[in-house]
Amino acid sequence: MRDFEYARPTSLADAASAFAGGGEAAFIAGGHTLLPAIKSRLRMPDTLVDLAGIPGLSGVTRDGDTLWIGAMTTHAAVAADKTVAAAIPGLATLAAGIGDPQVRNRGTLGGVIANNDPAADYPAALLALDATVETSSGRHAADDYFQGMFATALADGEIVARVGFKVPLASAYAKFRHPASRYAVVGVFVARYATGVRVAVTGAAPGVFRWTEAETALSAKFGADAVAGLTLNTGDLNTDIHASAEFRAHLAGVMLARAVNEAA
Amino acid sequence: MQTRLTINGTSQTRDVAPATLLVELLRDDLGLTGTHIGCDTSQCGACNVLIDGVAVKSCTLLAVQADSKAITTIEGVANGDTLHPMQAAFREHHGLQCGFCTPGMVMAGIEIVRRRGHDLSSETIAHDLEGNLCRCTGYVNIIKAIQAGAKAMGEQNHA
Repeated sequence: MRDFEYARPTSLADAASAFAGGGEAAFIAGGHTLLPAIKSRLRMPDTLVDLAGIPGLSGVTRDGDTLWIGAMTTHAAVAADKTVAAAIPGLATLAAGIGDPQVRNRGTLGGVIANNDPAADYPAALLALDATVETSSGRHAADDYFQGMFATALADGEIVARVGFKVPLASAYAKFRHPASRYAVVGVFVARYATGVRVAVTGAAPGVFRWTEAETALSAKFGADAVAGLTLNTGDLNTDIHASAEFRAHLAGVMLARAVNEAA
Repeated sequence: MQTRLTINGTSQTRDVAPATLLVELLRDDLGLTGTHIGCDTSQCGACNVLIDGVAVKSCTLLAVQADSKAITTIEGVANGDTLHPMQAAFREHHGLQCGFCTPGMVMAGIEIVRRRGHDLSSETIAHDLEGNLCRCTGYVNIIKAIQAGAKAMGEQNHA
Protein backbone atom coordinates (compact mmCIF):
# COMPACT_ATOMS: atom_id res chain seq x y z
CA MET A 1 0.00 0.00 0.00
CA ARG A 2 0.96 3.61 -0.49
CA ASP A 3 2.43 4.90 2.76
CA PHE A 4 0.61 7.22 5.12
CA GLU A 5 0.97 8.74 8.57
CA TYR A 6 -0.82 7.05 11.44
CA ALA A 7 -2.18 8.60 14.63
CA ARG A 8 -3.90 6.94 17.55
CA PRO A 9 -5.46 9.68 19.67
CA THR A 10 -7.06 8.96 23.04
CA SER A 11 -9.87 11.53 22.94
CA LEU A 12 -12.38 12.80 20.39
CA ALA A 13 -10.82 16.28 20.60
CA ASP A 14 -7.34 14.92 19.84
CA ALA A 15 -8.80 12.85 17.00
CA ALA A 16 -10.34 15.99 15.50
CA SER A 17 -6.98 17.83 15.71
CA ALA A 18 -5.09 14.91 14.17
CA PHE A 19 -7.63 14.83 11.37
CA ALA A 20 -7.48 18.59 10.78
CA GLY A 21 -3.67 18.59 10.65
CA GLY A 22 -3.36 15.38 8.63
CA GLY A 23 -3.69 16.65 5.04
CA GLU A 24 -6.04 14.26 3.24
CA ALA A 25 -7.02 12.40 6.42
CA ALA A 26 -9.35 9.51 7.13
CA PHE A 27 -10.65 7.99 10.33
CA ILE A 28 -10.17 4.26 10.72
CA ALA A 29 -12.40 2.11 12.95
CA GLY A 30 -12.33 -1.62 12.13
CA GLY A 31 -10.82 -0.83 8.74
CA HIS A 32 -12.69 -3.55 6.89
CA THR A 33 -13.97 -1.20 4.24
CA LEU A 34 -11.27 1.45 4.39
CA LEU A 35 -8.22 -0.82 4.06
CA PRO A 36 -9.56 -2.62 0.96
CA ALA A 37 -10.35 0.83 -0.48
CA ILE A 38 -6.77 1.97 0.21
CA LYS A 39 -5.32 -1.21 -1.29
CA SER A 40 -7.25 -0.60 -4.51
CA ARG A 41 -6.38 3.12 -4.41
CA LEU A 42 -9.99 4.20 -4.28
CA ARG A 43 -8.80 6.07 -1.19
CA MET A 44 -5.32 7.59 -0.86
CA PRO A 45 -5.16 9.21 2.58
CA ASP A 46 -2.08 11.05 3.86
CA THR A 47 -3.04 10.28 7.45
CA LEU A 48 -5.08 7.60 9.14
CA VAL A 49 -6.55 8.58 12.49
CA ASP A 50 -7.30 5.39 14.43
CA LEU A 51 -10.32 5.68 16.73
CA ALA A 52 -9.52 2.45 18.62
CA GLY A 53 -7.65 4.22 21.42
CA ILE A 54 -10.54 6.49 22.44
CA PRO A 55 -12.33 5.16 25.52
CA GLY A 56 -16.12 5.06 25.75
CA LEU A 57 -16.95 4.38 22.10
CA SER A 58 -17.89 0.71 22.56
CA GLY A 59 -20.72 -1.09 24.25
CA VAL A 60 -24.48 -1.34 24.51
CA THR A 61 -26.79 0.40 27.00
CA ARG A 62 -30.54 0.67 27.18
CA ASP A 63 -32.02 3.94 28.38
CA GLY A 64 -35.82 3.68 28.48
CA ASP A 65 -37.06 3.31 24.91
CA THR A 66 -33.64 3.90 23.37
CA LEU A 67 -30.95 1.29 22.78
CA TRP A 68 -27.57 3.00 22.50
CA ILE A 69 -24.71 1.25 20.72
CA GLY A 70 -21.22 2.73 20.68
CA ALA A 71 -19.70 3.47 17.29
CA MET A 72 -16.71 1.18 17.84
CA THR A 73 -18.86 -1.79 18.88
CA THR A 74 -18.08 -4.70 16.55
CA HIS A 75 -20.72 -6.62 14.63
CA ALA A 76 -19.76 -9.72 16.62
CA ALA A 77 -20.40 -7.88 19.89
CA VAL A 78 -23.80 -6.61 18.73
CA ALA A 79 -24.76 -10.07 17.44
CA ALA A 80 -23.87 -11.67 20.79
CA ASP A 81 -25.27 -8.98 23.09
CA LYS A 82 -28.19 -10.07 25.28
CA THR A 83 -29.56 -6.53 25.69
CA VAL A 84 -29.71 -6.12 21.89
CA ALA A 85 -31.34 -9.53 21.43
CA ALA A 86 -33.98 -8.76 24.06
CA ALA A 87 -34.76 -5.21 22.87
CA ILE A 88 -34.38 -5.41 19.07
CA PRO A 89 -33.92 -8.99 17.83
CA GLY A 90 -33.92 -7.82 14.21
CA LEU A 91 -30.79 -5.80 14.93
CA ALA A 92 -28.98 -8.82 16.39
CA THR A 93 -29.92 -10.85 13.30
CA LEU A 94 -28.66 -8.09 11.04
CA ALA A 95 -25.29 -7.87 12.82
CA ALA A 96 -24.89 -11.66 12.73
CA GLY A 97 -25.31 -11.62 8.95
CA ILE A 98 -22.64 -9.08 8.04
CA GLY A 99 -19.60 -10.51 6.25
CA ASP A 100 -18.23 -13.57 8.04
CA PRO A 101 -17.13 -14.34 11.62
CA GLN A 102 -13.63 -12.89 11.21
CA VAL A 103 -14.95 -9.75 9.54
CA ARG A 104 -17.56 -9.35 12.30
CA ASN A 105 -14.75 -9.46 14.86
CA ARG A 106 -13.32 -6.24 13.39
CA GLY A 107 -16.07 -4.34 11.56
CA THR A 108 -17.92 -1.67 13.53
CA LEU A 109 -21.29 0.09 13.52
CA GLY A 110 -19.67 3.53 13.28
CA GLY A 111 -17.45 2.49 10.41
CA VAL A 112 -20.39 1.19 8.42
CA ILE A 113 -22.57 4.25 8.80
CA ALA A 114 -19.77 6.78 8.30
CA ASN A 115 -19.05 5.06 4.98
CA ASN A 116 -22.73 4.53 4.00
CA ASP A 117 -22.18 1.91 1.34
CA PRO A 118 -25.48 1.61 -0.55
CA ALA A 119 -25.46 -2.17 0.01
CA ALA A 120 -24.53 -2.10 3.71
CA ASP A 121 -27.00 -3.59 6.20
CA TYR A 122 -26.94 -1.18 9.16
CA PRO A 123 -28.32 1.88 7.30
CA ALA A 124 -31.62 0.01 6.86
CA ALA A 125 -31.77 -0.60 10.63
CA LEU A 126 -31.05 3.03 11.49
CA LEU A 127 -33.71 4.30 9.13
CA ALA A 128 -36.40 1.78 10.16
CA LEU A 129 -35.61 2.15 13.87
CA ASP A 130 -35.85 5.96 13.73
CA ALA A 131 -32.29 6.17 15.06
CA THR A 132 -30.29 9.11 16.32
CA VAL A 133 -26.65 9.40 15.30
CA GLU A 134 -24.70 11.11 18.05
CA THR A 135 -21.39 12.56 16.93
CA SER A 136 -18.47 14.54 18.26
CA SER A 137 -20.41 17.73 17.53
CA GLY A 138 -24.13 16.99 17.73
CA ARG A 139 -26.98 14.72 16.77
CA HIS A 140 -28.54 13.71 13.46
CA ALA A 141 -31.87 11.96 12.91
CA ALA A 142 -31.40 8.92 10.66
CA ASP A 143 -33.99 10.39 8.27
CA ASP A 144 -31.58 13.29 7.60
CA TYR A 145 -28.30 11.43 8.06
CA PHE A 146 -28.21 9.18 4.96
CA GLN A 147 -27.84 11.30 1.85
CA GLY A 148 -27.30 8.84 -0.98
CA MET A 149 -24.38 6.72 -2.13
CA PHE A 150 -21.45 7.08 0.33
CA ALA A 151 -22.88 10.45 1.43
CA THR A 152 -23.94 11.37 4.97
CA ALA A 153 -24.73 14.43 7.07
CA LEU A 154 -21.29 14.16 8.71
CA ALA A 155 -19.14 17.25 8.28
CA ASP A 156 -15.42 16.86 7.52
CA GLY A 157 -13.77 15.67 10.72
CA GLU A 158 -17.03 14.86 12.52
CA ILE A 159 -16.87 11.51 14.35
CA VAL A 160 -19.75 9.14 15.07
CA ALA A 161 -19.79 8.42 18.82
CA ARG A 162 -22.87 6.25 19.25
CA VAL A 163 -26.23 5.44 17.74
CA GLY A 164 -29.55 5.43 19.61
CA PHE A 165 -32.15 3.02 18.20
CA LYS A 166 -35.79 3.53 19.18
CA VAL A 167 -36.94 0.19 20.64
CA PRO A 168 -39.89 -1.12 18.59
CA LEU A 169 -42.72 -3.47 19.55
CA ALA A 170 -41.35 -5.91 16.97
CA SER A 171 -38.73 -5.87 14.24
CA ALA A 172 -37.06 -8.09 11.67
CA TYR A 173 -34.48 -7.84 8.92
CA ALA A 174 -34.47 -10.01 5.81
CA LYS A 175 -31.82 -9.82 3.14
CA PHE A 176 -30.92 -11.54 -0.06
CA ARG A 177 -27.19 -11.50 0.27
CA HIS A 178 -24.56 -11.59 -2.39
CA PRO A 179 -22.97 -15.03 -1.99
CA ALA A 180 -19.37 -13.79 -2.13
CA SER A 181 -19.39 -10.36 -0.50
CA ARG A 182 -22.37 -10.94 1.84
CA TYR A 183 -23.52 -7.42 1.11
CA ALA A 184 -27.26 -6.99 0.58
CA VAL A 185 -28.44 -7.39 -3.00
CA VAL A 186 -31.64 -6.27 -1.31
CA GLY A 187 -32.27 -5.99 2.43
CA VAL A 188 -35.52 -4.92 4.11
CA PHE A 189 -35.85 -3.86 7.76
CA VAL A 190 -39.33 -3.69 9.26
CA ALA A 191 -40.00 -2.05 12.63
CA ARG A 192 -43.42 -1.90 14.24
CA TYR A 193 -44.27 0.88 16.71
CA ALA A 194 -47.46 1.86 18.49
CA THR A 195 -47.42 4.96 16.27
CA GLY A 196 -47.00 3.03 13.01
CA VAL A 197 -44.66 0.86 10.98
CA ARG A 198 -41.34 1.91 9.45
CA VAL A 199 -39.79 0.03 6.54
CA ALA A 200 -36.33 0.68 5.12
CA VAL A 201 -34.70 -0.85 2.06
CA THR A 202 -30.95 -1.18 1.43
CA GLY A 203 -28.98 -2.60 -1.49
CA ALA A 204 -31.67 -1.92 -4.04
CA ALA A 205 -31.00 1.71 -4.96
CA PRO A 206 -28.12 4.23 -4.89
CA GLY A 207 -28.91 4.83 -1.21
CA VAL A 208 -30.98 3.41 1.63
CA PHE A 209 -34.60 4.64 1.59
CA ARG A 210 -37.95 4.26 3.36
CA TRP A 211 -40.65 2.33 1.55
CA THR A 212 -43.57 4.59 2.36
CA GLU A 213 -46.27 2.57 0.53
CA ALA A 214 -45.32 -0.48 2.58
CA GLU A 215 -45.35 1.59 5.76
CA THR A 216 -48.86 2.89 5.07
CA ALA A 217 -50.23 -0.57 4.25
CA LEU A 218 -48.57 -2.21 7.26
CA SER A 219 -49.60 0.56 9.64
CA ALA A 220 -53.23 -0.11 8.65
CA LYS A 221 -52.88 -3.89 8.94
CA PHE A 222 -49.66 -5.65 9.96
CA GLY A 223 -49.36 -8.82 7.90
CA ALA A 224 -47.70 -10.08 4.73
CA ASP A 225 -51.09 -10.13 2.97
CA ALA A 226 -51.35 -6.36 3.47
CA VAL A 227 -48.33 -5.83 1.22
CA ALA A 228 -48.82 -8.73 -1.20
CA GLY A 229 -48.18 -7.54 -4.74
CA LEU A 230 -46.62 -4.25 -3.63
CA THR A 231 -43.60 -3.46 -5.80
CA LEU A 232 -40.96 -0.78 -6.10
CA ASN A 233 -40.59 1.36 -9.21
CA THR A 234 -37.75 -0.24 -11.20
CA GLY A 235 -36.74 3.19 -12.51
CA ASP A 236 -35.38 4.03 -9.05
CA LEU A 237 -33.41 0.78 -8.58
CA ASN A 238 -29.88 -0.32 -9.44
CA THR A 239 -28.96 -2.55 -12.34
CA ASP A 240 -25.46 -3.97 -12.07
CA ILE A 241 -23.44 -7.15 -12.51
CA HIS A 242 -25.21 -8.71 -9.50
CA ALA A 243 -28.86 -8.09 -10.33
CA SER A 244 -31.20 -6.19 -12.64
CA ALA A 245 -33.60 -3.54 -11.37
CA GLU A 246 -36.51 -5.91 -12.12
CA PHE A 247 -34.92 -8.68 -10.04
CA ARG A 248 -34.26 -6.24 -7.19
CA ALA A 249 -37.87 -5.02 -7.30
CA HIS A 250 -39.04 -8.62 -7.02
CA LEU A 251 -36.58 -9.40 -4.23
CA ALA A 252 -37.74 -6.36 -2.26
CA GLY A 253 -41.28 -7.75 -2.17
CA VAL A 254 -40.04 -11.17 -1.10
CA MET A 255 -37.74 -9.77 1.61
CA LEU A 256 -40.53 -7.48 2.84
CA ALA A 257 -42.88 -10.45 3.25
CA ARG A 258 -40.18 -12.46 5.06
CA ALA A 259 -39.42 -9.63 7.46
CA VAL A 260 -43.11 -8.97 8.14
CA ASN A 261 -43.77 -12.66 8.81
CA GLU A 262 -40.83 -12.81 11.19
CA ALA A 263 -41.90 -9.67 13.05
CA ALA A 264 -45.59 -10.63 13.19
CA MET B 1 6.53 3.67 14.04
CA GLN B 2 7.53 1.82 17.22
CA THR B 3 5.07 -1.02 17.71
CA ARG B 4 5.07 -3.51 20.55
CA LEU B 5 3.63 -6.91 19.77
CA THR B 6 3.52 -10.20 21.61
CA ILE B 7 3.84 -12.82 18.92
CA ASN B 8 3.30 -16.44 19.88
CA GLY B 9 4.18 -15.57 23.45
CA THR B 10 7.30 -13.51 22.72
CA SER B 11 7.12 -9.77 23.28
CA GLN B 12 8.97 -7.66 20.75
CA THR B 13 9.17 -4.07 19.61
CA ARG B 14 9.51 -3.36 15.90
CA ASP B 15 9.81 -0.21 13.85
CA VAL B 16 6.87 -0.64 11.46
CA ALA B 17 5.83 1.56 8.53
CA PRO B 18 2.14 2.44 9.12
CA ALA B 19 1.03 1.02 5.76
CA THR B 20 2.40 -2.43 6.64
CA LEU B 21 -0.32 -5.04 6.89
CA LEU B 22 -0.10 -7.41 9.82
CA VAL B 23 0.26 -10.35 7.42
CA GLU B 24 3.20 -8.61 5.72
CA LEU B 25 4.92 -8.05 9.05
CA LEU B 26 4.41 -11.67 10.02
CA ARG B 27 5.58 -13.16 6.73
CA ASP B 28 8.16 -10.72 5.37
CA ASP B 29 9.76 -9.31 8.52
CA LEU B 30 9.33 -12.13 11.02
CA GLY B 31 9.53 -15.10 8.64
CA LEU B 32 6.30 -16.59 9.99
CA THR B 33 5.17 -17.85 6.58
CA GLY B 34 2.56 -20.26 7.92
CA THR B 35 0.03 -17.43 7.69
CA HIS B 36 -0.87 -17.32 4.00
CA ILE B 37 -2.08 -14.60 1.66
CA GLY B 38 -4.79 -16.07 -0.54
CA CYS B 39 -7.04 -13.34 -1.84
CA ASP B 40 -5.79 -10.20 -0.06
CA THR B 41 -9.42 -8.99 -0.10
CA SER B 42 -10.79 -10.37 3.22
CA GLN B 43 -12.62 -13.20 1.47
CA CYS B 44 -10.63 -16.42 1.83
CA GLY B 45 -9.43 -16.62 5.44
CA ALA B 46 -6.00 -18.10 4.62
CA CYS B 47 -4.48 -15.24 6.65
CA ASN B 48 -6.49 -15.83 9.84
CA VAL B 49 -4.59 -15.21 13.06
CA LEU B 50 -5.75 -14.71 16.64
CA ILE B 51 -5.48 -11.28 18.24
CA ASP B 52 -6.02 -11.47 21.99
CA GLY B 53 -7.61 -14.85 21.25
CA VAL B 54 -10.06 -13.58 18.61
CA ALA B 55 -9.72 -14.60 14.95
CA VAL B 56 -9.17 -11.84 12.41
CA LYS B 57 -8.03 -11.62 8.81
CA SER B 58 -4.48 -10.33 8.99
CA CYS B 59 -4.60 -9.04 5.39
CA THR B 60 -7.14 -6.45 6.53
CA LEU B 61 -5.39 -5.12 9.59
CA LEU B 62 -2.44 -2.78 9.87
CA ALA B 63 0.40 -4.06 12.01
CA VAL B 64 0.23 -0.78 13.96
CA GLN B 65 -3.43 -1.52 14.81
CA ALA B 66 -2.20 -4.62 16.67
CA ASP B 67 0.05 -2.53 18.93
CA SER B 68 0.11 -3.84 22.53
CA LYS B 69 -1.82 -6.94 21.54
CA ALA B 70 -1.03 -10.66 21.65
CA ILE B 71 -0.95 -12.36 18.27
CA THR B 72 -1.10 -16.11 17.76
CA THR B 73 -0.21 -17.54 14.36
CA ILE B 74 -0.34 -21.14 13.18
CA GLU B 75 3.31 -21.46 14.30
CA GLY B 76 2.20 -20.69 17.86
CA VAL B 77 -0.62 -23.15 18.45
CA ALA B 78 1.36 -26.38 18.91
CA ASN B 79 2.98 -27.21 22.23
CA GLY B 80 6.54 -27.96 21.19
CA ASP B 81 6.40 -31.13 19.08
CA THR B 82 2.86 -31.90 20.21
CA LEU B 83 0.31 -30.67 17.72
CA HIS B 84 -2.62 -28.57 18.91
CA PRO B 85 -5.73 -30.82 19.05
CA MET B 86 -7.19 -28.92 16.09
CA GLN B 87 -4.03 -29.52 14.04
CA ALA B 88 -3.98 -33.19 15.06
CA ALA B 89 -7.61 -33.54 14.00
CA PHE B 90 -6.87 -32.05 10.56
CA ARG B 91 -4.11 -34.66 10.15
CA GLU B 92 -6.23 -37.52 11.47
CA HIS B 93 -9.24 -36.68 9.27
CA HIS B 94 -7.18 -35.51 6.30
CA GLY B 95 -8.88 -32.12 6.36
CA LEU B 96 -6.85 -30.84 3.43
CA GLN B 97 -5.56 -31.53 -0.02
CA CYS B 98 -3.07 -28.91 -1.22
CA GLY B 99 -2.84 -27.40 2.28
CA PHE B 100 -2.82 -23.75 1.29
CA CYS B 101 -5.99 -22.86 3.19
CA THR B 102 -5.17 -25.14 6.14
CA PRO B 103 -3.50 -22.66 8.53
CA GLY B 104 -6.50 -20.35 8.20
CA MET B 105 -8.91 -23.27 8.58
CA VAL B 106 -7.18 -24.41 11.79
CA MET B 107 -7.40 -20.89 13.22
CA ALA B 108 -11.05 -20.64 12.13
CA GLY B 109 -11.71 -23.97 13.87
CA ILE B 110 -10.18 -22.66 17.09
CA GLU B 111 -12.33 -19.52 16.72
CA ILE B 112 -15.51 -21.58 16.30
CA VAL B 113 -14.73 -23.43 19.53
CA ARG B 114 -14.20 -20.09 21.32
CA ARG B 115 -17.65 -18.90 20.27
CA ARG B 116 -19.65 -22.12 20.17
CA GLY B 117 -18.01 -24.58 22.53
CA HIS B 118 -16.88 -28.16 21.98
CA ASP B 119 -20.01 -29.91 20.81
CA LEU B 120 -20.47 -28.72 17.25
CA SER B 121 -22.92 -29.88 14.59
CA SER B 122 -21.65 -30.10 11.03
CA GLU B 123 -24.25 -27.45 10.10
CA THR B 124 -22.84 -25.03 12.66
CA ILE B 125 -19.31 -25.58 11.41
CA ALA B 126 -20.30 -25.22 7.75
CA HIS B 127 -22.11 -21.96 8.57
CA ASP B 128 -19.23 -20.56 10.60
CA LEU B 129 -16.69 -21.40 7.89
CA GLU B 130 -18.33 -18.85 5.60
CA GLY B 131 -15.21 -16.71 5.77
CA ASN B 132 -12.80 -19.48 4.74
CA LEU B 133 -12.37 -20.81 1.23
CA CYS B 134 -10.95 -24.18 0.22
CA ARG B 135 -10.62 -24.80 -3.50
CA CYS B 136 -9.73 -28.52 -3.24
CA THR B 137 -11.70 -30.53 -0.77
CA GLY B 138 -15.39 -29.69 -0.86
CA TYR B 139 -15.08 -29.11 2.92
CA VAL B 140 -16.34 -32.54 4.06
CA ASN B 141 -13.14 -33.59 5.81
CA ILE B 142 -12.47 -30.06 7.04
CA ILE B 143 -15.81 -30.11 8.84
CA LYS B 144 -15.09 -33.58 10.27
CA ALA B 145 -11.68 -32.38 11.44
CA ILE B 146 -13.07 -29.29 13.18
CA GLN B 147 -15.80 -31.36 14.83
CA ALA B 148 -13.21 -33.82 16.17
CA GLY B 149 -10.73 -31.08 17.04
CA ALA B 150 -13.36 -29.20 19.02
CA LYS B 151 -14.16 -32.32 21.01
CA ALA B 152 -10.49 -33.05 21.62
CA MET B 153 -9.93 -29.47 22.84
CA GLY B 154 -12.74 -30.03 25.37
CA GLU B 155 -11.22 -33.30 26.54
CA GLN B 156 -7.82 -31.69 26.85
CA ASN B 157 -9.32 -28.94 29.02
CA HIS B 158 -10.74 -31.56 31.37
CA ALA B 159 -7.67 -33.78 31.43
